[in-house]
Amino acid sequence: MEKFTTLEGVAAPMPLVNIDTDMIIPKQFLKTIKRTGLGKNLFDEMRYDAQGQEIPDFVLNQPAYRDAKILIAGDNFGCGSSREHAPWALADFGIRCVISTSFADIFFNNCFKNGILPIVLPQSEVDKLMDDAARGANAVITVDLENQTISGPDGGTISFDVEPFRKHCLLNGLDDIGLTMQKAASIDAFEAQYKTAAPWI
Amino acid sequence: MAKTLYDKIWDAHVVHEADDGTCLLYIDRHLVHEVTSPQAFEGLRLNNRTVRAPDKTIAVPDHNVPTTLDRANGIENPESKIQVDALDKNAKDFGIHYYPVSDVRQGIVHIVGPEQGWTLPGMTVVCGDSHTATHGAFGSLAHGIGTSEVEHVLATQTLIQKKSKNMKVEITGHLRPGVTAKDITMAVIGATGTAGGTGYVIEYCGSAIEDLSMEGRMTVCNMAIEGGARAGLIAPDEKTFAYCMGRPHAPKGAAWEAALTYWKTLKTDEGAHFDKVLTIKGEDIAPLVTWGTSPEDVLPITATVPSPDDYTGGKVEAVRRSLAYMGLTPGQKLSDVAIDTVFIGSCTNGRIEDLREVAAIMKGKKVKDGLRAMIVPGSGLVRAQAEEEGIADILKDAGFEWRMAGCSMCLAMNPDQLSPEERCVSTSNRNFEGRQGRGGRTHLASPAMAAAAAITGRLTDVRELG
Repeated sequence: MEKFTTLEGVAAPMPLVNIDTDMIIPKQFLKTIKRTGLGKNLFDEMRYDAQGQEIPDFVLNQPAYRDAKILIAGDNFGCGSSREHAPWALADFGIRCVISTSFADIFFNNCFKNGILPIVLPQSEVDKLMDDAARGANAVITVDLENQTISGPDGGTISFDVEPFRKHCLLNGLDDIGLTMQKAASIDAFEAQYKTAAPWI
Repeated sequence: MAKTLYDKIWDAHVVHEADDGTCLLYIDRHLVHEVTSPQAFEGLRLNNRTVRAPDKTIAVPDHNVPTTLDRANGIENPESKIQVDALDKNAKDFGIHYYPVSDVRQGIVHIVGPEQGWTLPGMTVVCGDSHTATHGAFGSLAHGIGTSEVEHVLATQTLIQKKSKNMKVEITGHLRPGVTAKDITMAVIGATGTAGGTGYVIEYCGSAIEDLSMEGRMTVCNMAIEGGARAGLIAPDEKTFAYCMGRPHAPKGAAWEAALTYWKTLKTDEGAHFDKVLTIKGEDIAPLVTWGTSPEDVLPITATVPSPDDYTGGKVEAVRRSLAYMGLTPGQKLSDVAIDTVFIGSCTNGRIEDLREVAAIMKGKKVKDGLRAMIVPGSGLVRAQAEEEGIADILKDAGFEWRMAGCSMCLAMNPDQLSPEERCVSTSNRNFEGRQGRGGRTHLASPAMAAAAAITGRLTDVRELG
């Protein structure tokens, strides 16, 4: 997994609440058997019309946000299905950080497995960043994971929380499976006692 | 200390706990389908890893499969075919249990699991699919995971997890006629919002929940995810045990007796702490429909379409966008909304009891002229049972298309899709923009309400049909 240390880039505002995983990556793109190449279809039905032409109003089609690396989003971002294609599409587009007041549980988990940092902040701070993001290409925001800070374009700094284990994995680009396999002895021991306690499983 | 049902299942599966509370949780059943697994199997191959517990891993193709009667001829869409072929190969290469499209037991993964006795009380069950919550109806801890986690479970039979908080949703009293399990689960989401359950595992309880059959309980738990919860569960009781007994993969003989003794301990202790409680009177729940593009956009069928002005904050713009997408006007009576299509099926409402509910209403009636009406049984066995019970004939005579099993129009990954502006009453679980086809308009409802709409050609209060 790609490491996440600091990220500096343009933030795109998406104030809509309940942006669901069907919006992030519609089902017709779930037929891939690869993890890559989904960036061009990120937010496909909001971004392109039925003929495949860009919809100019959509935020990521506007010149200032075409290379956005950060999203500032409304409540409950990523609700809906468990499709990891959603963070794959975000990462493939180049978005490595999403900031909102709340995230859906499975999407939130999936981000950390793909080098994307989802940050939960209080409404007032999300509102402030949303205003900053509305300034377009001038809205360069810096996210520093080590120090858990976000620096806005006007020099202000916001702190954020992140679970220590998840922070450690992101900073170092660690693969969960490798870490768990180091605990193979614990899994073996659990299975051995479990076979006696619950043989029907 | 008094424990909730969730606490008990959690504690029984902790393999390792780190200082910060991050746990390694043992997984009893891993269900797999073709859409969220190919990258996980590829990951195993790239790292020379095997499936740790193939005997606990069950795969079935469901999302992409055609539901037309001629599907034995193969899958036309090349990408869908590649995904299903990949699952065929992965199941064979890694030696996991598999129900191919040609097997009568094939169906939606969340219907096949319980039907075959893979899902049992007290288990941890995961699948790369958010509607894994369905299995919570058995008093098991069941939830959706992403593809990286699918790979993690395949390789280690464990999942890295932090414990959620406990939420109790109690439905007191009893449901009124015409009101079903689907209305309960929609009423809960209407009350909490789609993020109201975020960070929680919900235990549904109360007399109206106890009244439900296992099929009804599965419908309730299925949509726990739509309220944002990690999982929903219901304590097992005699109905649960009766459902499980004799299923192909349920324990037999002495093992059954031992399991039963354990399962009877699976209930929340008196005085156990819940972090959040919601109580709804069963009698207060009316037949519901959704009007917008979020499952929280729920109203009784007797209501009118709301206005953006009825809301505050970010929801104002969301409602404006929803109404434009749905082609509805504030103040319009919901029961005046004309429809084009009825879809009955999905892991929410594709079980035998759902089909019985539809047949009871359709008997001697016809689908309104010009309406497209489709029934997609949740599994080949549900389909066979409906044919044996004579339900299939009632539904076909009424004018429904009688399809083969799969996810179908719930998410429209196969050819079963809505056209732009086509308006559908659907027994599925999500009314998101584009969910059932680009520009398609979805109204979620119970099978009974969907049947009523099929007869009249508009959103209809099933209680008016008498």
